[in-house]
Amino acid sequence: MIEISGLTKWYGDNVGVDNIDFTVQKGEILGFLGPNGAGKSTTMNIITGYIPSNAGSVKVSGYDILKEPAEVKKRIGYLPEHPPLYMDMTVREYLNFIYEIKKVTFNRKSHIDEVMDLVKIGDMQKRLIKNLSKGYKQRVGLAQALLGNPEVLILDEPTVGLDPKQIIEIRNVIKALGKEHTIILSSHILPEINAICERVIIINKGKIVASDTPQNLSKKLTNDSKLIVRIAGPEAQVIKSLKALNGIKYVEAQGEKEPFSMDYIVEAQPSIDIRKPMFNELSKQGHPILMLKSLDLTLEDIFLQLTTEEEGM
Amino acid sequence: MLAIFKRELKAYFYSPIGYIFVGFFLLLSGYFFATDNLMHGIADIKMVFGSLNIIFLFLVPILTMRLLSEEMKNKTDQLLLTSPVSLIGIVVGKYLAAVAVFLISLIITGAYPIILYLFSSPALGEILGGYLGFFLMGAAFIAVGLFVSSLTENQVISAVATFGVLLLLWLMDMIVPFIQNRHIVSAVQWLSILQRFQDFTLGVLSLEPIVYYISFAVAFIFLTIRVLEKKRWS
Repeated sequence: MIEISGLTKWYGDNVGVDNIDFTVQKGEILGFLGPNGAGKSTTMNIITGYIPSNAGSVKVSGYDILKEPAEVKKRIGYLPEHPPLYMDMTVREYLNFIYEIKKVTFNRKSHIDEVMDLVKIGDMQKRLIKNLSKGYKQRVGLAQALLGNPEVLILDEPTVGLDPKQIIEIRNVIKALGKEHTIILSSHILPEINAICERVIIINKGKIVASDTPQNLSKKLTNDSKLIVRIAGPEAQVIKSLKALNGIKYVEAQGEKEPFSMDYIVEAQPSIDIRKPMFNELSKQGHPILMLKSLDLTLEDIFLQLTTEEEGM
Repeated sequence: MLAIFKRELKAYFYSPIGYIFVGFFLLLSGYFFATDNLMHGIADIKMVFGSLNIIFLFLVPILTMRLLSEEMKNKTDQLLLTSPVSLIGIVVGKYLAAVAVFLISLIITGAYPIILYLFSSPALGEILGGYLGFFLMGAAFIAVGLFVSSLTENQVISAVATFGVLLLLWLMDMIVPFIQNRHIVSAVQWLSILQRFQDFTLGVLSLEPIVYYISFAVAFIFLTIRVLEKKRWS
């Protein structure tokens, strides 16, 4: 659906996007993740035809953005970082205008009503956009992108400025849209990417540093054999019985979290499931396990790991 | 293009700018009509145009200052450039909207010649020529303003710079007496935007000044498109 190859953009002597390749399948929701200034917005601006690239190509449904911009633009709904709103128009006037410049062919009134319902701005349709709150402006921006029901949606930080309840609503809207649309979504809110996207691309300093499903990404970088365990009992005795277990590599006390109990990080040989023997041994010793979980890396950790390693180099 | 034109025309009247332009245009032209024609009892509309000329230099920047500057400032250019509308469509749509506001004001002043006809019988050719000439000259000025507004995000700079450029074009004639070289004089006179206007008010309808004004406007519209194009590439 979207094929990007060798995409490069220079801003004077600074590289904005450096030789990026990726493809997005039809009906996929792709998360675009990266610190500020990583090149997320630049990439999106190139895909949508706002700025041209210095090298490389962007194809949407087989049409090249530089050769047939009108064909590509027809197929894309774009919500830029700053929603492009005309402050002196009312919401409905604005959407009417978008309807016209996008040359939408659905029935005007019912289509605009439908889109307004989807992002819940129906009550605001007679208000001037400049009088709306930031969250509502963001929704009007989203409505603008949805108008004409384009095959591809490109959303640059769509939930910025919304309150937590609205964020969940908009996420659900995006998820629902993902069934029929191809979506590229950028964000620096990691749980959001985790919740919505089927695939994540992490970009840093204009380069792709990782590309996989959120689950795979965390699996790849997670040490499965690392556990965090809360055990009641005196520290010295607990450590002693833990170390006596077969296959234990490393035990570290994390300090007292509840009265008379402590958290320990326990690392075993990768091939051994330590949990059962540990439970049996500790209960035999009279040190009950209060909590046991594997030390998963969250997307946050992965993100930091990938983007700061790069910086260290 | 039609959608852009419609929005732009409405936008003039969402904000006070359209009312200010039309209002001042009518106020000042009415003032000149009253003093030049009515008070003196002279049924010659070209005197109004003559006086209105210089005032018009102040009015054009009001009309054009926001055309592209505001889009860039509010980032709505991003919307237009990523929608399936061509750059030419965007620029021409906006230009025509500004010209339309000017035309509306000019049509309202059509009341003045009608008043003149009540009391006397001025030459129809002179009146129509004067109107056509003033319209074409105004349209050329608006193209200059459009071009300047594509250069900056700041509406104040856009307005002041437009006024400066128009004043310079207007002053071009004044420099003629100080030039010795015959060729330069004829070149300056050929370029002069006001010189051509004189022909119209004499009731002489020739093709040359019409082509001149239209190509003048087209040249600046073309430059505007080039500026926007260049902004995207850099």
